[in-house]
Amino acid sequence: MLTHQSTRRDFIKTSGALIVGFSLAGPMSAARGQTAGAGGKPVALDEVDSFLAIVPDGTVNVYTGKVDLGTGTRTALRQIAAEELDVPFERINLVEGDTALTPDQGPTWGSLTIQVGGVQIRQAAATARKALVELASKRLGAPASDLEVKYGVVRAKADPTRSASYSELIGDQEFHLKVDKSARVKDPASYTIVGKPVPRVDIPAKVTGEWTYMQDVRVPGMLHGRVVRPPALGAQLSSVDESSVSGIKGLVKVVRIGNFLAVVAETEWAAIKAAEGLKATWSPWEGLPDMDQLYQVVRQTPVAKDEVTVNVGDAKSALASAAKTVSATYEFAIHTHGSIGPSCAIADVRDGKLTVWSASQAPHWLRRDLATMLGISPSAIHVIYRDGAGCYGRNGHEDAAADAALLSREVGRPVRVQWMRHDEHGWDPKGPPTLAELRGGLDASGNVIAWQSEFWIPKVGAITEGVPMLAATLGGLPYKDNINPGNIFQNSAPPYAFPNAHAVCHRLETTPFRPSWIRTPGRLQNTYVNEAFLDELAAAAGADPVEFRLRHLKDLRGIEVLQAAVRRAKWDTRPSPKKSAASSPVATGRGVTYCKYENVRTYVAAVAEVEVERRSGVIRVKRVVVAHDCGQIINPDGVRAQIEGNVVQTVSRTLKEELKWNRSRVTSVDWVTYPILTFPEVPEIDIELINRPNDPPWGAGEPTAAIVPSAISNAVFDAIGVRLRTVPYTPERVKAAIRAQA
Amino acid sequence: MITLVVNDKSQTLDVDPDTPLLYVLRDTLALHGPKFGCGLAQCGACTVLLDGNAIRSCTTPVSRAVGKKVTTLEGLGSSHKPHPLQKAFIEEQAVQCGYCINGMIMTAKALLDRKPNPSEREIKQTLAGNLCRCGTHPRIVRAVRRAAALMAKGA
Repeated sequence: MLTHQSTRRDFIKTSGALIVGFSLAGPMSAARGQTAGAGGKPVALDEVDSFLAIVPDGTVNVYTGKVDLGTGTRTALRQIAAEELDVPFERINLVEGDTALTPDQGPTWGSLTIQVGGVQIRQAAATARKALVELASKRLGAPASDLEVKYGVVRAKADPTRSASYSELIGDQEFHLKVDKSARVKDPASYTIVGKPVPRVDIPAKVTGEWTYMQDVRVPGMLHGRVVRPPALGAQLSSVDESSVSGIKGLVKVVRIGNFLAVVAETEWAAIKAAEGLKATWSPWEGLPDMDQLYQVVRQTPVAKDEVTVNVGDAKSALASAAKTVSATYEFAIHTHGSIGPSCAIADVRDGKLTVWSASQAPHWLRRDLATMLGISPSAIHVIYRDGAGCYGRNGHEDAAADAALLSREVGRPVRVQWMRHDEHGWDPKGPPTLAELRGGLDASGNVIAWQSEFWIPKVGAITEGVPMLAATLGGLPYKDNINPGNIFQNSAPPYAFPNAHAVCHRLETTPFRPSWIRTPGRLQNTYVNEAFLDELAAAAGADPVEFRLRHLKDLRGIEVLQAAVRRAKWDTRPSPKKSAASSPVATGRGVTYCKYENVRTYVAAVAEVEVERRSGVIRVKRVVVAHDCGQIINPDGVRAQIEGNVVQTVSRTLKEELKWNRSRVTSVDWVTYPILTFPEVPEIDIELINRPNDPPWGAGEPTAAIVPSAISNAVFDAIGVRLRTVPYTPERVKAAIRAQA
Repeated sequence: MITLVVNDKSQTLDVDPDTPLLYVLRDTLALHGPKFGCGLAQCGACTVLLDGNAIRSCTTPVSRAVGKKVTTLEGLGSSHKPHPLQKAFIEEQAVQCGYCINGMIMTAKALLDRKPNPSEREIKQTLAGNLCRCGTHPRIVRAVRRAAALMAKGA
């Protein structure tokens, strides 16, 4: 029940106004206002007030620790809140990723913003709505069952003139309620906002230059910093010649803390020139493995532990008794996140406190990591999220924030650190390599009776902690020594009902580059490996790849999504490879893939159609058909955009992307040395959404990426009868595979 | 001192003449349209129009813009009064993170001014030097086509 003892605190009255006033007042005054007003706002995950505040003007503030990384969740979360509260969509203000105001709902990762963050908001809203209706019941003297809510007004069904608005009902009070897990949520049949393609709230400002990205934030008295990274990952700084930059107008300070070297200047251009011109002497270091030996190094890395992800029947014996066996080795390259806007942050250290503006996907984690590095309490740190360029996992934003914090502490003024392109490509954490070996056995009828797989992937330390920040490791400052590539074991177990199956992940002690998660971490690589190898078994059995999958797939929802993709693609039922004129210079083929994301949620299936130029080795992905079932859809256009993005980005990763290095450092440091897909290479994308309004909403930000590489691999095999087992499928690799087969 | 004409407004600024135009637009004039993406003229996020031509402001010294007309994303329209290209991008919801979109719209503007009804292939070829990491490409192409139609109708 509501309690009316305490007066609502200032922040509720003001925070809505702050949001409205943000573009007028500028970020600094807004942020200071938030800091000042934030003293007592609840942020606990079980409090309604952590998520919601009814503002006297009739708007509703919704607070979320999840942040919109460019996926449109800022609109979808508003839809969920507006729907559940029965207030107009336009009256929802959303406050994202502010450690003083928003509950810690975990990092924005794993396709969990809607599935977890949205469901938490929905339940808080359902609790609030129930309480408001009970208040109205008393005030209007009518049982709750005789009342209805429309546009934020509770009224008697029989006499709509007897009514009270939410703000009239809650007056000047907080809810003081625990989120009630049993508070009934609305019947999806009555939805008017959820399930609709509501246009994104941020797009008009983003196409007119009115939006303030992280990179656009400016605060009074701010200086510009640039970090000078070592020429080799493990190099030690022996000396710095400050006179080499003393002539640069506007240079404020050269900062050296251990191996952390940086410049701070009055203008951005002066900082860039100083960082480029600064002469320093570093020790030589050549500790990286030979790039050509990567997968041998992976195979020889000490194993921390073996993790068995499926063990059914007796795969080893079944393999020994199989009528036919197939084995293969798969490799997947190291990738970089490649945000179009390099990482950026502003930090302001003053009076023992730190304010940070960051595009981090995990503001609450960033706060803890900064506290460890600086030796101050997390409560002395306020992290405020602002949109960066698309974030596809833990990139350099946290590192830039740590850089800025150190520099601000050194110069006593706010410092903005903007990473250059070579910083981003060279120093953001990488998606680690995957090596896998598979063995499969067929019985005399061509059914899979044995499946054995081994994956070599780095171990994970504490999944609840962030990736060590460069400023701390280079500067010799405290950090939690952690290796965290994300949940990369997931989808190592195949989603099929094989009678004998065994999958093991050899979790390695180390990996060549500081790892982190990149979109669909592990789930992408593991699904690729499983679905391409399954295609090898289908070919060995002389079976159509779809029929072969359906033979072993017992999940009804999975069968439905696979059939939907196949039907939409007008699948040509026959075994692969296609019998075509081998002399044709350009071969065409189709490949299929299915995935149940993490083996527990969103179902996806794809059919890819490719052209392969035999002579040049060039693959063109012409069309990708996707069927997608993420349960209840909040915003169908948002889901479509995510599917499209996943397809394009993963076609790029599959055909082109591969981190390169020498023994000292990363050498793919820009878009020429790390090319990504361009407009003329983008396939046509055709999508079928399966909506299940009565089921829980699941994520859509990642699952489609999981099915793209194998769909391409399988289509190439269909076209030319050659199996590609190492991503990326560069023309050189394709030509080599063709030669090896001949 | 350097005098620049940006979005039809003449301004005299105290900046080093070798400063790339991008930093003058963003830091001195506080414009948010042009973005820093690579500083190498490889990605297109910084694109502005210089006398109607789409150029990479990250590698163009400000001195080269003197005496010419600089147009940024802000110079096309606003959310209250969007240019047909901006309107088309909104209608097609052709934004994910939106960081590259400045370059897409400015490059498309120069294309449509030169060729009001380009084919899909011409649009893709023209935008081939503009990188998008979110995978918004199909919507961006649709938005440019829609803009061409809107502009043909005089919208």
